[in-house]
Amino acid sequence: MTIRLRVNGETKEVDVDPEMPLLWVLRDVVGLAGTKYGCGEALCGACTIHIDGEAIRSCVTPARRAIDHDITTIEGLSKDGSHPLQRAWVELAVPQCGFCQGGHIMTAAALLAKRRKPTDEEIDASLAGNLCRCGTYVRIRAAVKKAAGV
Amino acid sequence: MTIVKRFTIVLIVCFLACGASAVAPPPRVPLAEPGHLLQPSAFDVIPDRAERSRALFAEASRVFFNPRCANCHPSGDAPTQRDGFERHDPPVVRGDRDQGVPGLMCASCHQDTNSTLARVPGAPKWQLAPREMAWQNRTIHEVCEQIRDPKRNGHRSLDAIAQHVAHDSLVGWAWIPGADRAPPPGTQAEAGALVAAWTATGAECPPEDGKKVVRP
Repeated sequence: MTIRLRVNGETKEVDVDPEMPLLWVLRDVVGLAGTKYGCGEALCGACTIHIDGEAIRSCVTPARRAIDHDITTIEGLSKDGSHPLQRAWVELAVPQCGFCQGGHIMTAAALLAKRRKPTDEEIDASLAGNLCRCGTYVRIRAAVKKAAGV
Repeated sequence: MTIVKRFTIVLIVCFLACGASAVAPPPRVPLAEPGHLLQPSAFDVIPDRAERSRALFAEASRVFFNPRCANCHPSGDAPTQRDGFERHDPPVVRGDRDQGVPGLMCASCHQDTNSTLARVPGAPKWQLAPREMAWQNRTIHEVCEQIRDPKRNGHRSLDAIAQHVAHDSLVGWAWIPGADRAPPPGTQAEAGALVAAWTATGAECPPEDGKKVVRP
């Protein structure tokens, strides 16, 4: 079945099962591999993207949920890596292996869109579902605060 | 007549007299079969209306305190999961509107239907019950009181409560929980009928026994 998706501002027509997880539509059909497969059960956050600005776990989200909505992936957060979070991530050298970092940034972006100056507790609560096996949590929190200017 | 015979006769007379004036044993409502709820008519054997009402609520509370329902009626900020009321994984919190926090909303993971492969439960408008509707760490009496209190039941009338239990789609998810999750006893319609019968008999609450039914 052909469905129409708006991904990072561009309309894409894709021939997929509407129940196919959005993660695989984005990675295997649209060709945007920045969104990662971690657990496949919404437990790790590596697959986090935005639908209409809200962070969602694309590994458990059927493609049909995104029809007529705006999808943003890590590739679309900014055109040139200039989003305040991306700049802070670079300046503080947050990633180690980097696999999970796209998901962290997308969750943090959804947080900052709603809370311009989040507290430590708010940052921790929002990112509680994003796992980093390299243990970069301290730098992640510092980068979110840097991006928020707090 | 010997003394022994006379004493025996007195005993028999006393026994018959006492038996005739003894209080009849309380009516017995049969226990429901495992996985089932009793129908409201099963409580008709209880002649006292208030007592019947309390018994109806107690039967309905078997649904309220079931993990499929009580997991999302926490007394704190975090829901629980599974039959043992374990901490929700990932460790989400209720947020300002009981729907999670920015970046980690309930709907970030929970879809409008159960996710078969990932086993994530789902239904429309997935969210936590407000804090004032907590069922965890509460006695059956406390839950009964809060359900009939408009300030703590979403400003619902008692009829609206029965309708909510009988027809709300998120309530109904409990009986189609997906994966290997066991549903509460009975059906949604039967649970609604019990609540309707409870309200029709005066919405009486079971006495306070101090026993917290669900203690994660």
